[in-house]
Amino acid sequence: MINLHEVTQTNKMITEENLDVRTITLGISLLDCIDSDLGKLKEKIYRKIYESAKDLVGTGEQISREFGIPIVNKRISVTPIALIGGAACRTKEDFASIAAALDSVAREVGVNFIGGYSALVSKGMSPAEELLIRSIPLALSTTERVCSSVNLGSTRTGINMDAVRLMGEIIRETAECTKENDSLGCAKLVVFCNAPDDNPFMAGAFHGVTEADKVVNVGVSGPGVVKTALEEIRGESFEVLCETIKRTAFQVTRVGQLVAREASRRLKVPFGIVDLSLAPTPAIGDSVADILCEMGLEYAGAPGTTAALALLNDQVKKGGVMASSYVGGLSGAFIPVSEDQGMIDAVKAGALTLEKLEAMTCVCSVGLDMIAIPGDTGASTISGIIADEMAIGMVNQKTTAVRIIPVIGKGVGDIVEFGGLLGYAPVMPVNQFSCDAFIGRGGRIPAPIHSFKN
Amino acid sequence: MKRAIITVVGKDTVGIIAKVCTYLAGNDVNILDISQTIVQDYFNMMMIVDTSRMSKQFGDMADELAALGQEIGVAVRCQKEEIFDMMHRL
Repeated sequence: MINLHEVTQTNKMITEENLDVRTITLGISLLDCIDSDLGKLKEKIYRKIYESAKDLVGTGEQISREFGIPIVNKRISVTPIALIGGAACRTKEDFASIAAALDSVAREVGVNFIGGYSALVSKGMSPAEELLIRSIPLALSTTERVCSSVNLGSTRTGINMDAVRLMGEIIRETAECTKENDSLGCAKLVVFCNAPDDNPFMAGAFHGVTEADKVVNVGVSGPGVVKTALEEIRGESFEVLCETIKRTAFQVTRVGQLVAREASRRLKVPFGIVDLSLAPTPAIGDSVADILCEMGLEYAGAPGTTAALALLNDQVKKGGVMASSYVGGLSGAFIPVSEDQGMIDAVKAGALTLEKLEAMTCVCSVGLDMIAIPGDTGASTISGIIADEMAIGMVNQKTTAVRIIPVIGKGVGDIVEFGGLLGYAPVMPVNQFSCDAFIGRGGRIPAPIHSFKN
Repeated sequence: MKRAIITVVGKDTVGIIAKVCTYLAGNDVNILDISQTIVQDYFNMMMIVDTSRMSKQFGDMADELAALGQEIGVAVRCQKEEIFDMMHRL
């Protein structure tokens, strides 16, 4: 029988250490909505999403009340829109009108983000995919809740450098189109290498074509819980450190498993995966950087940071894998800058640079995330940053991503406010040397030798 | 049996258990076990209850108990038992 100590421990994690389920994301396939008539297509998309997701928010809130665990976000991911709109869209405006339909149905069912305004172009771009990519600035500047992602490379295919070059321009253009709001559009746009089909986290969530018609994916969180557990074992060896993280990750993930199972049962939608991620928020005590500091670093970014993060990421996975029947998505520690108070402090103190962040992405689950850079950063420099990150993902057979925000009108040291869960960030300096000629070459980087496994 | 855990945390005062128990009795909720401690005037109680005969929605009971707690100045939480089982039992 459950005892008082165990109950108190769980409730302390929830009330004092920010333990929560970060998101229940309902993946919905739109493949059966495809139509060559744009009006009909949008109507079918609206109807399918509405019918599938109308009970999502209510169900999430009900589960939250019954188990006493906050479920912060309820979200939707859909099949990449480049595949769905290809037959109907002739112009950028046509594609953007699908984004508007997604935005309005998201508002109607009460979810805060809908992901899947996406194109998968790791090897090449079809005309429809290129058109969707070119419509991203318009789509993101005219909608509120739509998130966009583009997969630019993979270990199996190499890196599509034409698309990398294009995305440098698109990110700049999106920043320009949303400059009134500190270039907020770029916070809803992410590029990937090895994008997962079942990621529940925004901005990169989309419902892959290998998925079932509908699926429930859950993302857990809990950096504060790990940090508090580590406070108890200061000065102990790495063995004790690792065991403590593993045990805590197990407990956090079990909550995600419970919520995923309940949501799946109540919505009558199959359970997909639990994403074992440590996802920070700007709230005090909900920071991944604070965990690194608790391990013994003065700031995130100090020498030893990459090793500490590698250890953290690995133990989170080891603890989480046994706690859930299906694990997927990004699964690992997230290191967004603007969404993590400890990371923001590290940047302000001069401890954390873009180059160190890049090194950190080699050993954790995502990539360069929510980083504000000067508004005058050139498109080819952005493409260069993206290419580096894609190369890390391709060679290491892992997911990497870039979500950077060139903040129009702001320079190094200025503070940018994104608001809410997106937080705020100091603008970080970018290496000023040119990569124009490199990015200007056309074509793609071939797949690495270790991709030939057949 | 549908088991739930009710916890009451707050400054000790007269009638905490009585108020919670009266509410539970009025809603056909059976108490299976009670344990409590008082540390430095702080009251910490846990009840294991069976809600299978209750006619209310579980979420409504949780909200009403939380409101009752506010009236007497303590924090009352009511949660389905599975969350604790999942976290603390293999």
